[in-house]
Amino acid sequence: MTIAARDFRELRLEGISRRFGNVNALRDVNLAVRRGEFIALLGPSGCGKSTALNCLAGLLTLTSGGIWLDSARIDRLKPEERGFGMVFQNYALFPHMSVRRNVGFGLTMRGVAKAEIERKVGEALSIVRLGEQGDKLPGQLSGGQQQRVAIARAIVIEPPLVLMDEPLSNLDAKLRLEMRAEIRRIHELIGSATIYVTHDQEEALSLADRIVVMRDGVVRQVGTPLELYAQPAYSDVAEFMGYRNLIRSSLSAAGSISIGGGAIQGTPIRPLSGGADVVVAVRPDDLRAASDGPLAITVESAQYHGRDFYCSGRTADATELYFVSAHQVQKGETVRLAADPTRVLIYPGTPS
Amino acid sequence: MTDHVAGAAPASERLPLRVRLALYEIDAVTLLVVPAVLFVVALFVYPFVYGFVLSFQPKAGAWFANYARFFSDPFLYDTIGATFRLAIPATLISVVISVPVAMRVRRMRHRRVLTTVLVIPITLGTVLIAEGLLTYLGPQGWFNRTLVLFGFEKVRLIHNYTGVMLSLILSGFPFTFLLTLSYITGIDPSLEQAASTLGATARARFWHILMPLLAQGLAINLCLSFVQTFSVFPSAVLLGAPAGATRVISIAAYQAAYEQYDSSMASAIAMIMGFCQLLVVLLILTARKFVYRGAAGSGKG
Repeated sequence: MTIAARDFRELRLEGISRRFGNVNALRDVNLAVRRGEFIALLGPSGCGKSTALNCLAGLLTLTSGGIWLDSARIDRLKPEERGFGMVFQNYALFPHMSVRRNVGFGLTMRGVAKAEIERKVGEALSIVRLGEQGDKLPGQLSGGQQQRVAIARAIVIEPPLVLMDEPLSNLDAKLRLEMRAEIRRIHELIGSATIYVTHDQEEALSLADRIVVMRDGVVRQVGTPLELYAQPAYSDVAEFMGYRNLIRSSLSAAGSISIGGGAIQGTPIRPLSGGADVVVAVRPDDLRAASDGPLAITVESAQYHGRDFYCSGRTADATELYFVSAHQVQKGETVRLAADPTRVLIYPGTPS
Repeated sequence: MTDHVAGAAPASERLPLRVRLALYEIDAVTLLVVPAVLFVVALFVYPFVYGFVLSFQPKAGAWFANYARFFSDPFLYDTIGATFRLAIPATLISVVISVPVAMRVRRMRHRRVLTTVLVIPITLGTVLIAEGLLTYLGPQGWFNRTLVLFGFEKVRLIHNYTGVMLSLILSGFPFTFLLTLSYITGIDPSLEQAASTLGATARARFWHILMPLLAQGLAINLCLSFVQTFSVFPSAVLLGAPAGATRVISIAAYQAAYEQYDSSMASAIAMIMGFCQLLVVLLILTARKFVYRGAAGSGKG
């Protein structure tokens, strides 16, 4: 085992911004990444996460701000001078080169001796479990295999930082789960820092050490998967983290909130006084059918997801709610719902 | 499963003809190729066969007399060399120039404007370009006047090899450019980005990524451009020295047909000309076997 990430302590993004004409694709992003860390940039399409990645790779220049690798400023360097490995969404394998030459390309460009290239390419291919496919052309491989070649090609140059731009979005569901585990395994094996762009919160939660949630070119929240899952700092982050029920309400003096006529208890994210306008965020799977629940709802649809029924319905005042039921429910049926107060998050303000 | 197979139509009970043809994707729509076939037969195959037969019916002598005369008279067989000396450099130069220009243009935002400007020479036609160059490059033209103004000697650029060459490049470039541009825009830009993150400099990206993927397109481009320049006629007459250095093979054919009224000899020269073009095209297409010919995309993408 000789393929290992180049040593460094910290990569810092200091107030990086990027404009396209009049559009601020990226605004004042600050982030520090340590060696060995797996960071997911998470956000809806157009949030600036890919722009941030391209700026890091050097494929886009910054409008302002700086990128530092320890004490060296790298944001003025060309991509070929940075030496970061990048895995592209469409894999970007060179179609006219064999798998072996694709993987060895970065080493060839560095003028590494032939025998050494042979050895490292063999090792990289065995890391991604593609030992037998070295002489094929990329077009002869399946999507998952191409993805592995792309990863091997990025790690064989032993980069301090591996950048991944939605690498799994072109794969089918089963392969996606498999490759997710592979990516984490490879990350730990070579010990680099990985920055992984995705719009899939599940992918971010399962892969990352820290998640950076972005929206409209701005970092909204940085935190561990556990923090982001349980306590998103803002209602829009909550919405993105799977809190599908975002309900406008107001806080009573007693600290409860009323939804569609029923009063439920919740957890304020920031201190709030009685009577304040609030947004209540609850995940569908935290809103459960219970015979003594405070919320009454008329079922509108129910989808069977194998274990539970994912349902939607409306309260008496026509607030739409998504919930999960362990039993089959019929359209038009009235169901009572309850939620654990620690899973009902209360944010100040009105939903955007 | 076995029941189903056994129940399939017995061999004697043939499928209707229409269904069998449909298996080979032949149906009523196929008839739409008829006009095109007729067109090709009437305007290409028939004249070619007619000319081929005619070339073996000389005014006098054995059946191959025309060819014998062509290859024994230096005034005739030298035209092959003269044509190659013009066509090969003109083709190479316009194809080679088209690559950097197309590389630049594909990244431009106002691509249409520039493309339109560059394509105008096509719409003008070779005669107009030749006329324009004749005045512009002539002894009293702007080009030489400017040279004189800055204290240089006048240069002779018309009625010689240089004049024809310039005109060929000028009228050939738009074709080569448009073809190269369409091939180059077909190359996925993420391939070059990937190469740059792997440490490839601009020069390395050009030679390792762009050129191999562009090679087959350039080969086709060379073929088309060569065939076009090989049949050069108007500029060779107007801008060249039609009795000397730019006495190309089409001039010889023209003289045989309309000055000596020997259409059999003219056909023979046309056949020789066609053979030369075919030879070069075959040569280029054979060379193409050695380059990558698959898709220029990146896998499934």
